[in-house]
This record gives sequence, structure tokens and C-alpha cells, in this order.
Amino acid sequence: MHLGVSESMRECEYSQISTRSSTPMETPYKHRTPKRRKWESFPGRNKFCCNGRIMMAKQTGVFYLTLVLILVTCGLFFTFDCPFLALKLTPVIPVIGGVLFLFVLGTLLRTSFTDPGVLPRATPDEAADLERQIDVVNGGTGYRPPPRTKEVVINGQTIKLKYCFTCKIFRPPRASHCSLCDNCVERFDHHCPWVGNCVGRRNYRFFYMFILSLSFLTIFIFSFVITHIILRSHQSGFLNALKDSPASVLEVVVCFFSVWSIVGLSGFHTYLISSNQTTNEDIKGSWSSKRGKDNYNPYSHGNIFTNCCAALCGPLPPSLIDRRGFIQSDAPQLAPPTNGTTMYGATQSQLSHMCDQDQCIQSTKFVLQAATTPLLQQQGSEPVVLTASPENGCSVPGRTSLGQPTPPTSTPSLSCHEATEMLPIHGQCHTHNHSHPLQEPMAHHHFLTPEEMPSPPGMLPCGSPLGHSHTIQAGFYNPASQDSLHEDSVRGLVKLSSV
Amino acid sequence: MATEFHNLQELRHSASLVTKVFVQRDYSEGTICRFQTKFPSDLDNRIERTLLEETVKTLNSYYVEAEKIGGQSYLEGCLACATAYIVFLCMETRYEKVLKKISGYIQEQNEKIYTPRGLLLTDPIERGMRVLEISVFEDRGSGSSSPSSSMSSSAGSGAR
Repeated sequence: MHLGVSESMRECEYSQISTRSSTPMETPYKHRTPKRRKWESFPGRNKFCCNGRIMMAKQTGVFYLTLVLILVTCGLFFTFDCPFLALKLTPVIPVIGGVLFLFVLGTLLRTSFTDPGVLPRATPDEAADLERQIDVVNGGTGYRPPPRTKEVVINGQTIKLKYCFTCKIFRPPRASHCSLCDNCVERFDHHCPWVGNCVGRRNYRFFYMFILSLSFLTIFIFSFVITHIILRSHQSGFLNALKDSPASVLEVVVCFFSVWSIVGLSGFHTYLISSNQTTNEDIKGSWSSKRGKDNYNPYSHGNIFTNCCAALCGPLPPSLIDRRGFIQSDAPQLAPPTNGTTMYGATQSQLSHMCDQDQCIQSTKFVLQAATTPLLQQQGSEPVVLTASPENGCSVPGRTSLGQPTPPTSTPSLSCHEATEMLPIHGQCHTHNHSHPLQEPMAHHHFLTPEEMPSPPGMLPCGSPLGHSHTIQAGFYNPASQDSLHEDSVRGLVKLSSV
Repeated sequence: MATEFHNLQELRHSASLVTKVFVQRDYSEGTICRFQTKFPSDLDNRIERTLLEETVKTLNSYYVEAEKIGGQSYLEGCLACATAYIVFLCMETRYEKVLKKISGYIQEQNEKIYTPRGLLLTDPIERGMRVLEISVFEDRGSGSSSPSSSMSSSAGSGAR
């Protein structure tokens, strides 16, 4: 896997060099393969089905469990309880049950398959422009990276907009980066494993309708199964009733446990909707009065009714990621600037999208490996820097066991960097400080002169053309053999020595 | 000598991309889609301030219309909920209709105002509504003399 990665890195180097000499319109790296749709090279960790029409998170095991639970319970209800109830009481019961069941299923599928409001990652030109602006604002000298926050005043409240290192954008207010799906999502509520997707701006109303209708369905089934058992007990005794209709017992058990959680969740989300907050904000206590006397929610419309209407009946924005569009390989790219401060314009936009996180991790690995081999005498880079503990003191539980063949002292900063993108929302200690330990090795890269301030991670030419999640996993979960390690360190050295 | 570009094809074929200027989002009114009306300094000698400001203001008003919470959006929302959202398979939402209007507007602005000055607006929806991208082109032949000649050509086109 390492060999393949470094070969494609070399391939990308070649294309980078040749675009400098030729005009941006004629890139030698012609797109010979047939037109691919954008979902096929989507950088996030998502699963796509039906040629891009359906979008879900990567882990969908729990979603199938939800589906099975609902289908089995309702199936048993309609098969064993409804005939009796329809005869004894009224045939309206199965009809209402059927309508509820279909509504639950519809909203569940809609929640799971809809794009939650994923923000597409910045194009290389945008990212470069943002970097330039941040440099200008902060003087642009020295190795200390600038603060990655922007302040904006909304409705009298000062909100901090954070910079997302993965997506290379300043996140809009209320947006958050989902560590599981590796995407920034607008109005991020939470990642729900039960529906197998994030819950965000575009599917929050479906999610709410789902849990609300599921609460009604659960209560409906629970009460009517109990009624069924009671009616049967009147006829033939309690034990006989249970023997005649064993499925009812299973249904009662499932519904009993579901009622508490689902109804509780519905109540909680009803509160959130009426106060126009997200789960994320509520957990963090962003707008709680405990934080300060003047702390209030600037997004609230003032009254409960308007908040509810806005959340449930407001306009539904379309998906921003254009999953089924075709990849345009002939869009004009900016020629790389001669001072070499930014690299983004030089590479193909889609490759750099996929490569950014790879680049940083792979390049750091190369440097670390190079630093630990005895060949590295002239290497001026400071492995010592990498041993510095993360400045903001955020703990990275369970991340040090990544199985990397690197010295243990350097693992915290590397894993912390990767983990900044992966930390759960409420534990976010995702600041610019993370890029500091990684800056100095970067400075020795052959594209930059040491005087220039290196931009944050993502400077090297692309890693593999595979989806970046594959590469990361391959790098972390397959311990490299000694031989390929050595080979890679030599390669890393060769690159470094070509300064 | 003339660097006036009559259409997009001409722009693409005879001009080279110099830089891209980005008009960022303005979040001062909340999460509603709105772009900053501050004039980017890179375009100082390319286009008149008022023209770009007018374009951005019109775009902002379109987005306000798309995201307006009012009678029509409630009706649409309730109807959709009642039909278990199946109605969206056959009907276009109001937001999508307004986005189509915006595309048409941007194309018209490009043809009338921006392409003759060697600029090209990219619809924000193609950039995930993060930025309004303005590509600055320069005629390959004229090189550094193009800003002044594009000014004279824009003056010429203005006089028409």
C-alpha cells in the first residue's frame, strides 16, 4: 500500500511541474476515463446508492436493526393482533395502524437517505484565497499559525466562526463537522446511528416527524396489544391468552422499552424546536443563561409557534453537493503563484480534494520515518518539535493505538492532528495550535523556502487517487513491514534532499 | 488591439485566467444566505463599484425571497408533510424555482456586464453557497496592457 501511495505521489509531482510550464488550459493530465459522477469521488465518508440518489453514512448496521425492529413488530401486530381486534372492536384499528406504519417508514427512509445539508469542501482556489486573507490580517510572519476563528455579530450576540481544517472553510454559524461522516453539515444537530445518517438542516424535519410518528405508533401498538391480551384473558384466562398469542408478548416487550426512549426523545426535540436550538447547542449550553446574563439564542424567532413553523414548514434548501452531476475535468485552474506559498492552484481540484488529508498524514509519516533512520544526519527538521504535547491539552483517548510504525513520542501530535477532525462535536478542542507541531517539518519540504510561512496541512502533492478514507485506514490499520518502511524513509529523504 | 469579449466562448478561448476573486458570505443577519457587499480591492480597475454592488444586492434579495418564511412556504411544508413528502417527487420547491431564476440572472449579468470586462461570475450554488466567485481573465495577446484597454472597451460598451 505504501508503494502504491508513493508512486502516485510521484505521478502527481510530475503533473504539477508540467502545469507550471504550460498554460492552465492545456493540462497534460488528460481525463481519458469516461465521465464520472461527482458522488464517485466525494471526499466524505458516505455511502451512495442508486447512482448517487441515496446518501447515507458509512456505518449502517444500526439502521438495519431499526428497520428490522419496526418491520418485525408491526408485522407481528398486523398478523396476530389485528384480526382479533378488528373483529372484536373495530376495523379502524388496523387502518390507523397501517397509516402510522407507512408514515413511520416513509419518514425513516427520507431521514436516512437525504443529504443532511453537507457543505462541499472548498476548491483549491478558495482555500488559497482564504489563506492569503488570513495571512494579511495577521501580519504573516513567523511560524506561529494565525488564529482560525472569525467573529461575527448576529442579532446582538457575538458568534465565533471556526475554520475547518478538513473542509478548508470557515464554518457558517450552527454548522459543525461530523467526525463520523467527515463532512461539515449545516445546522448540525447530531449524528444518529439509528437512522444511519447525520441530522442536519435538510433532514431535521423528517427526523422529527419520524420520532414523533414512531412514538405514536409505539404507544398505539403497546396499548392495543395490552387490550388484546386483556380481552382474550376475559375469554379464556390469562395464561391461555398468552399461549394463544405468543407474538403479543414480544411486541409488548419491544414496545415497552421503546416507549420510554422514543417518547423521551420526541419530547426533547419538541423542546429544541420550540426554542430553535440544535442538540449540539443544547449539549454545549451555548445559549443557556448560566453562561452569562446577556446570553440568549440569536436564532430564535421570539415565539414558540414561529419557531416550530420555521423548523417544520420552512423552505427546504436543495442539496449543495450535486451528487449526480458529472465531474468537469476541463475547468480552468489558476496557475500556481511563483512564490510557492500556496499549492492548491497547481493540482487538479478533485485530486487535491481527495488528497489533502492524505498529504499531511503521509508527509508527516515520511518525515517521522526519515527522522528515525540513521541516514538522517543532515536533516534539520526537529523531531523534538513533534514530541511537544498538544498545547491545548485536549485528550485523545484511544487514538494512540493507531498501530503506526513511528516513535511513540511523536504519535500524540500526529494523532491529535488527525483527531482534531475526528473529535466529537461537544468535545471539540479543534484549534489552530494543532498545526503548529506539524509546521516545522513542512518547512523543509522542497516546494517551500524555509523563510516563508508554511500554510497548514495539505501542502504536498497528492497521495493516492483512492478515496482518502481508504488510504488513511490502510496507513493506520495495516502495520507496514520493515522493508517498505525503509524504502519509504529513503523516498522521503530523497524528496527532502532535493531542496 | 480590442480586448472586448463578446461571449463566454471567446473569453475561454482567447483569454487566460489571471486570478479569482471571492466575495464571501455575510453572516451578520444569521444563517440566511447573503453575500458581502464590500467591494473587493482586486477588481478596482476592472469594473465600476456600483455595478458589482448592484449585482450582489439583487442576488441577496433573491436569496431572501427563497428563504422567506411565510404563507407560501407554510402551505408547501404542510402539503408535503400530509403527503409524506412524496409530492416533492413531482413538484419543484420554491427554493429550487428561485435558484433557477438566480442562474438566469447571473447568466444575463455575465453576458451584459461582466464578460465584456473580462470577468466571469460563477453561480454560488456551484460553490456550495460559500462564495461568489469572480474569475478575472486577461487577453493572452495583450498581457499587462489589457486592464487599460478593457477599461476603454468597457467605456465603449457603456456608451452604446
